[in-house]
Parts: sequence; structure tokens; C-alpha cells
Amino acid sequence: MSAENSNNWPLWEVFIQSKRGLEHKHVGSLHAADAQMAIENARDVYTRRQEGNSIWVVPAGAISSSQPDDAAMLFDPADDKTYRHPTFYVMPEGAKYI
Amino acid sequence: MTDVTNLEERFQARIDAEQKIEPKDWMPEKYRKTLVRQISQHAHSEVVGMLPEGNWITRAPSLRRKAILLAKVQDEAGHGLYLYSACETLGVTREKTIDDLLSGKAKYSSIFNYPTLTWADIGAVGWLVDGAAIMNQVMLCRTSYGPYARAMVRICKEESFHQRQGYEIMSVLAKGTPEQKEMAQDALNRWWWPSLMMFGPSDANSPNSADSMKWKIKRQSNDELRQIFIDRTVQQAEVIGLTIPDPELKWNEATKHYDWGAIDWTEFNNVVAGNGPCNKERLAARNKAHDEGAWVREAALAYAAKKAKKQAA
Repeated sequence: MSAENSNNWPLWEVFIQSKRGLEHKHVGSLHAADAQMAIENARDVYTRRQEGNSIWVVPAGAISSSQPDDAAMLFDPADDKTYRHPTFYVMPEGAKYI
Repeated sequence: MTDVTNLEERFQARIDAEQKIEPKDWMPEKYRKTLVRQISQHAHSEVVGMLPEGNWITRAPSLRRKAILLAKVQDEAGHGLYLYSACETLGVTREKTIDDLLSGKAKYSSIFNYPTLTWADIGAVGWLVDGAAIMNQVMLCRTSYGPYARAMVRICKEESFHQRQGYEIMSVLAKGTPEQKEMAQDALNRWWWPSLMMFGPSDANSPNSADSMKWKIKRQSNDELRQIFIDRTVQQAEVIGLTIPDPELKWNEATKHYDWGAIDWTEFNNVVAGNGPCNKERLAARNKAHDEGAWVREAALAYAAKKAKKQAA
């Protein structure tokens, strides 16, 4: 985020919504001098084939990420909680719409 | 093109064409207000809904049931969050929305103002209350406001186990000792009518419904959803040998639906007005949790500020 001291354009992460109603999805990144330019460049780079309905750009430095080494600690505890899924439950014979 | 009539026409044309409305789109002020009211009420319901079920976590009859109930209540908290976030996309702050709940200004689903007296109530809540909520929420997956629809898709996916765990509890109790079966029947007796009230006033007395249907916030009327719920639930009660507490309930071969007795709307209006069995208790519990959590919020901010200072140094 200390791009002010350099002559390099900062990095922006680009999110595209392909259709109204769908979520914005991360598609990649690009360099641009400011947010407006990042949107214009994202339009040129990432939506040439009707992929776009809306664009979000986020300064790459503003994104915090979990660490790959922490993945097991973070996500393994969900493995043995099969009761969070509907198939865990025994439904009586003949019951419909449940 | 800045003419309001023109903007409204374009807005309605978009909705008629089954396109979603997104936060940056122009929208009529009443559409925005209706959504803020509905989504915040929905969020509050998820949050207050944790209280009657949380009541039984420490007394669940087995470790299996306890883990399940914990997971369910945890889901409700998450669902509250998704909905509060969807609400914020309409330009209202989280603080304001929560304050309106805590001050009693905002409503939440009346069903959560009834007490959970026995373990069977946890079964009845999952089966009937979540069952009724799911009817409504499946419809809302197709609501016209994008962020609300996306939140509902996620919620419906996660919620698919809630109703089944409740129905499983009921079916196990109904197959148990005579006392257990009686407990299940008693829970059904107490939760049946309040569950039917969850769909809201009948169409003739539902003042906001016309706009909501025109704007495709809703796609099915209160009475339509209530009828589907009844048709499905009666069959499920039969399968586990429980009786729906409605002497007028009868299959109608001509309409291919069940006919059923009259809802006591005086009770409904009373509970909405704040005079249900647990209204005061629920609001007091939320306020207590909020007040007692104040130091946590402050400590987290102080710690973040300290870390930022250290990093800057």
C-alpha cells in the first residue's frame, strides 16, 4: 500500500458480476493509477466477451488473507460435523416434502 | 431521463423482465423502505429465534442432540448476519438496525414470543417453525433484490437440515413411551396455530402485499404459502401418528387441498402488539446480551488500535 513513494501504479484485484442477481466473482488483477482507471482497464481486459454487467476493483493491499499453513486448523473441524447436512437424519418411511 | 415517472417505468420494466435490482440501481423510495423493513425484521427473527432453542442446549437429552442443536443455533446467528449485511446494502447502518430491535421499535417474527416448555418443543420448532420459514424463504430465493436473493440462497442451503432434525425428534418421541408421545402431541398442539400465523395476515388484510407482489419482493401470497404448508404438514403428522389440533381439518377432493379452521387473529395481533407470553423476556435477553457484550466490542477496538500503533512505529 506504500505506492505513493514509487512511480509504479498500484495493484487492483478485479471482481466481475456477469449477470444481475449473481455475485461478483474474482477474475484477476491489474495495475492502474487510481480506482477509476482500474475500472476502465478491467472493462478492457476482463469483459471483452460479454462477461460483464458490473465491475468492482479493490486495492490488492486492502485484502487480508488466511495463511495456507492454517488451512487444517481452520477447516478440518467441519469434517466430523456431518449433522450439519440434511442427509444425516433418518426420516420415517413415507414422509413427503421433507 | 431523470424524470421520476420515467425512472419508475424503467425500474418496473426491469422487474417485469425478471432482472434483479442491485444496490447501485435507482429504486423507488418505497421499494427501498419495504425491503429495509422486511430484511431487518427477517434478520431480527433469526437472532431472537436463537433464544427459545438456546433454552434447551444444556438440557438436550443426548450428546448427539446437543451437538445438533448447537449447530442449528449457530446457523441462525450466521443467517442473521447475512441478512443484516443485505440490509446494509440499502444504506442503513448496522448500529441503527440493531438499535431498532433493542428499543422495541422493530418487529421480529411473533412465533419467537412463545416459550419452549419441553424437549418436544425443540422438535416442533424445527419441524413446524422452520418448515413454515422455509416455505417463505424458498420463495425469497427469487426475490427481486439481488443481495437479499443471494443471502436467501445461502440460507436455504444451510437450513435444509433444520426442519429434518426437528421432524426426527418428533418422530422418535412419537414412537417412544406413551408419555413421550403425549409430550410430542402437546408440543404440536401448542405450536400448530402460531406456526400458521407465521405466514402473516390473510391476503384480504395484508396492506403491504400488493406492492410487494408488483415489485416481486414476494411471489406467492400469505394464504397460498400457508395452504401449501398445511397440505404438506398434515401428511407428515399422519406418518408419525400425531394429530393436527384442528377439528375442522378435512381433505377437499374438489380443491385438492385441506380445508381448515379459523385462525385466532386476535391472538396474533396481541402478540405482535407486544403482549405475547415472552415478548418482554426476549427483548430483555437481547438487551442484556448487547449490554454485557459492550466491553468485548470496546476491548477489540482498543486492541486493534494498539496493534495499528505498534505497526506504525
